[in-house]
Amino acid sequence: MTNDADATPRTAPFPRPEQPAHGLGASLPPADARAKTEGTFPYASDLWAEGLLWAAILRSPHPHARITSIDTSAALEMPGVRAVVTHQDIPGDVSYGRRIADRPVFASDLVRHHGEAIAAVAADHPDTARLAAAAIAVEYEVLEPVTDPEQAFAAEPLHPDGNLIRHIPLRYGDPDAAGEIVVEGLYRIGRQDPAPIGAEAGLAVPRPDGGVELYVASTDPHTDRDLAADCFGLAPDRVKIVVTGVPGATGDREDPGFQLPLGLLALKTGCPVKLTATREESFLGHAHRHPTLLRYRHHADADGRLVKVEAQLLLDAGAYADSSSESLAAAVAFACGPYVVPHAFIEGWAVRTNNPPSGHVRGEGAMQVCAAYEAQMDKLSVKLGLDPTELRLRNVLATGDILPTGQTVTCPAPVAELLQAVRDFPLPPLPKDSPEDDWLLPGGPEGAGEPGAVRRGVGYALGMVHMLGAEGTDEVSTATVKIHDGIATVICAAVDTGQGFTTLARQIVQETLGVDEVHVAAVDTDQPPAGPAAHGRHTWVSGGAVERAAKMVRTQLLQPLAHQFGMSTELLQIADGKITSYDGVLSTTVMEAMEGKELWATAQCRPHPTEPLDEAGQGDAFVGMAFCAVRAVVDVDIELGSIRVVEMAVAQDVGRVLNPAQLASRIEAGITLGVGTALTENLRTTRGVIRHPDLTGYALPTALDAPDIRIVKLVEERDVVAPFGAKAASAVPVVTSPAAVAAAVRAATGRPVNRLPIRPQAAVALP
Amino acid sequence: MTTHAPQTTRSVTLPTSLDEAVAALTAMPAAVPVAGGTDLMAAVNKGQLRPAGLVGLGRISEIRGWRYQDGHALLGAGLTHARMGRPDFAALIPALAASARAAGPPQIRNAGTLGGNIATAAATGDSLPVLAALEAELIIAGPGGARRELPVSHLLAGREMLGPAELIGHVRVPLLHAPQVFLKATGRTGPGRATASVAVVLDPVRRGVRCAVGAIAPMPLRPMEAERWIASLIDWDGERGLSVEALTAFGEYVAAACIPDPPPAPEGSEAAVHPPAVLHLRRTVAALARRALGRALS
Repeated sequence: MTNDADATPRTAPFPRPEQPAHGLGASLPPADARAKTEGTFPYASDLWAEGLLWAAILRSPHPHARITSIDTSAALEMPGVRAVVTHQDIPGDVSYGRRIADRPVFASDLVRHHGEAIAAVAADHPDTARLAAAAIAVEYEVLEPVTDPEQAFAAEPLHPDGNLIRHIPLRYGDPDAAGEIVVEGLYRIGRQDPAPIGAEAGLAVPRPDGGVELYVASTDPHTDRDLAADCFGLAPDRVKIVVTGVPGATGDREDPGFQLPLGLLALKTGCPVKLTATREESFLGHAHRHPTLLRYRHHADADGRLVKVEAQLLLDAGAYADSSSESLAAAVAFACGPYVVPHAFIEGWAVRTNNPPSGHVRGEGAMQVCAAYEAQMDKLSVKLGLDPTELRLRNVLATGDILPTGQTVTCPAPVAELLQAVRDFPLPPLPKDSPEDDWLLPGGPEGAGEPGAVRRGVGYALGMVHMLGAEGTDEVSTATVKIHDGIATVICAAVDTGQGFTTLARQIVQETLGVDEVHVAAVDTDQPPAGPAAHGRHTWVSGGAVERAAKMVRTQLLQPLAHQFGMSTELLQIADGKITSYDGVLSTTVMEAMEGKELWATAQCRPHPTEPLDEAGQGDAFVGMAFCAVRAVVDVDIELGSIRVVEMAVAQDVGRVLNPAQLASRIEAGITLGVGTALTENLRTTRGVIRHPDLTGYALPTALDAPDIRIVKLVEERDVVAPFGAKAASAVPVVTSPAAVAAAVRAATGRPVNRLPIRPQAAVALP
Repeated sequence: MTTHAPQTTRSVTLPTSLDEAVAALTAMPAAVPVAGGTDLMAAVNKGQLRPAGLVGLGRISEIRGWRYQDGHALLGAGLTHARMGRPDFAALIPALAASARAAGPPQIRNAGTLGGNIATAAATGDSLPVLAALEAELIIAGPGGARRELPVSHLLAGREMLGPAELIGHVRVPLLHAPQVFLKATGRTGPGRATASVAVVLDPVRRGVRCAVGAIAPMPLRPMEAERWIASLIDWDGERGLSVEALTAFGEYVAAACIPDPPPAPEGSEAAVHPPAVLHLRRTVAALARRALGRALS
């Protein structure tokens, strides 16, 4: 093989030569790109207010303990300290939760995880606040923590709601069905942290009317506002959340455990209060990916067709419920992967432990099962002597097939096409074919890698995720579009977390109204709600709402002209600020047609409803699904167990490409996150205590760890129910790539690799 | 009432010579010397250290270079990792250059210094096994222009410590004119802390092999018996190469010396074995030592 593959652009097939300059399909750069690269983009930690105080939070050093007393007097006596708040100072609800209100704002009698908040201090200097928080005397009666989720069933209840958060026993088909070939496996997935590059930060400013404004990087501002109002005992209109720049959000932001104490302190002192979390607090406070234990048994016939899948899935929810119910539903529903399975018996549990709390992280539930079902498919292919891609092609799902939940896949599901695309893409050259100076062996440029001990492995994985909230969640978003003086403005409370929603909103309005200059207003909760930035919602729901509002403005704009020209509005086109009739005879400019008027329209988008999974795990629970195929190529030093991911080739089902550059960057980000999940990202605990809450102990992929990412195919089969036919693209590479890396390491070492992240000792070829 | 003032560092001195720096530390014993600051400032930012004063060592030109001294190189403690990683330095002391290149990302290498690496004495300090294998001597500057010598291993093992107002001025390293190798295993391809590291230094004049293993104990470990045994096998006057079996045996000798077997179990009970993670560490040390010696002799 030659080096020809290196000549292809890194993210082939981009850039597309026929790309338009604006509108849908253009690689419009983000409006804030310049400010972000120059470092002038304001994040919450950059905000300032006259006379502000600094907050600090006291956190529990124990994962499980009874609080016998809290004495704040020493802290209050310290010069510079203005207020201390504990559970006794909460005017409203003492518990909160974005989904289930089971989590105390401040622990009152019982601590359920390491790092749980107990009190907060406001002082005139951040160091004073930290010292004062440390001076609060808390007496604990330390209790034995429950850290093994398997023990949670039998353990004393850790919470009044009990230890079992949800149990789904999915039953589909005939329990007595059996295949000639049976493979079994036990898999473990570690605790990934969202590890946002910007740690949590916020500013709370009291209002003269007794309300409070919170400036935070919230990804679900209206839910956070309601939580805050309930906690502060205020009407929702007295609390306003102003969304600042979001410095990275792989999961939910901002942790309400930071916002609520901040607001309480601002209300108590009457002064603005600011909090910037340290890296350690950030790791202790926010939710992580569910560590999962999975036991699988796959049955297949002699031709390699799947007959039955039996699985038991145990999700460690940590101390509080958060998104565990949704994660479990996704894990159970997608436990067989994008394959046709006639009989499936999947039992899933989400249980409470004293481990760090789990919650929403991109690809929740679906990622954990993907690593396991793809490992099972590899085992089957070995047992049958079939090529792993051939075995998969014999079983892949297509539109019209039925999932084990009984839901028919109605959206495009070009799974076979995706797999063929990554299989047929040329493999990268071996290091021995390139000059020695270019070698990058496992272990890095100054590592101990030795060419003789390096083995190459190739692995495949297929994955799927659902889009939008599942199981009957009311998915709705509202957007307003205004046009005046040839400049359009979008007002929509959909937060741009970096996924590029503001850029997409600009493109939609450019496309519909033919104006180039489009502004997107900053988000606050005085605007109508748009829901959380998760599950690819905003591309679909908020993008749909922006399109409808823009179309309503367009109709208002064209109606008088159409009347004047004596034709319907459909026969008029808008492009480059000009309005032209279908035959090109009649034409005017947008500015003239506006006649100085201001046109406004507000619209909502609400996709078709879904239903909860019933007691047998059956139901049409998902609005839509997205699929992806990944081929991983890894080099493993089989003596040291060091692994380098050389290349990830990805083919993805995207519906329609709306912004090629942004799509490529989302896929690359997702693959890199998946490589981290596969190799290094695991927040380790010892008996419930987080061991290394810092970025040295928790190794994120660096530029040297990130592989070459080749986008080999984007299948553009429009999803007819989605606005523009587009599918969300961020989550599915996260779900699929860890499984592909594990498969490649398996191929290189011959070891089973049933645990993620892959530890070096599991990648050593044993004599 | 405000609490701003007492929190801040009140005095920062920027001496231009070692003796001035020592005098500044003598004048203000609570002050902390700072060179690259890559460890110190992290502790300050975390609130673990609140120095009353700082003595910056960045302007002391006498410790930022090196010079020759009867068969040795006298390295300034203020040499940065970036400087030590360059080819001219690598021609002199190849293993120290390799360890400097392997230490952290470029930002850290540009700031972090040799003296700081020794003073911090972190288990994972990359230069430490190399200095231990080279049997480097530290030149310590003390009050009144005093200079004393201290083997680096004594400081790292805690046998002798720095006294009040003392600074590491220079590090004296023998110039051996023979191959040296430093190898490091980390958990990832990008810069990371060592899980284990091995330095192997050949000393053809004394017909010796010196080896030190870093990162697996609070200080670098020297497997002296393994060194003597392997040195006796090498044909110092001819081809220095050794058979694969000898290299492998050396690796295992080193690993067993640094991570000994658990004590034999009492009669009747099951034999104690190391947990899998420790066994993997032992295999890693064996592989690193074998590879390092193989490269040094090839």
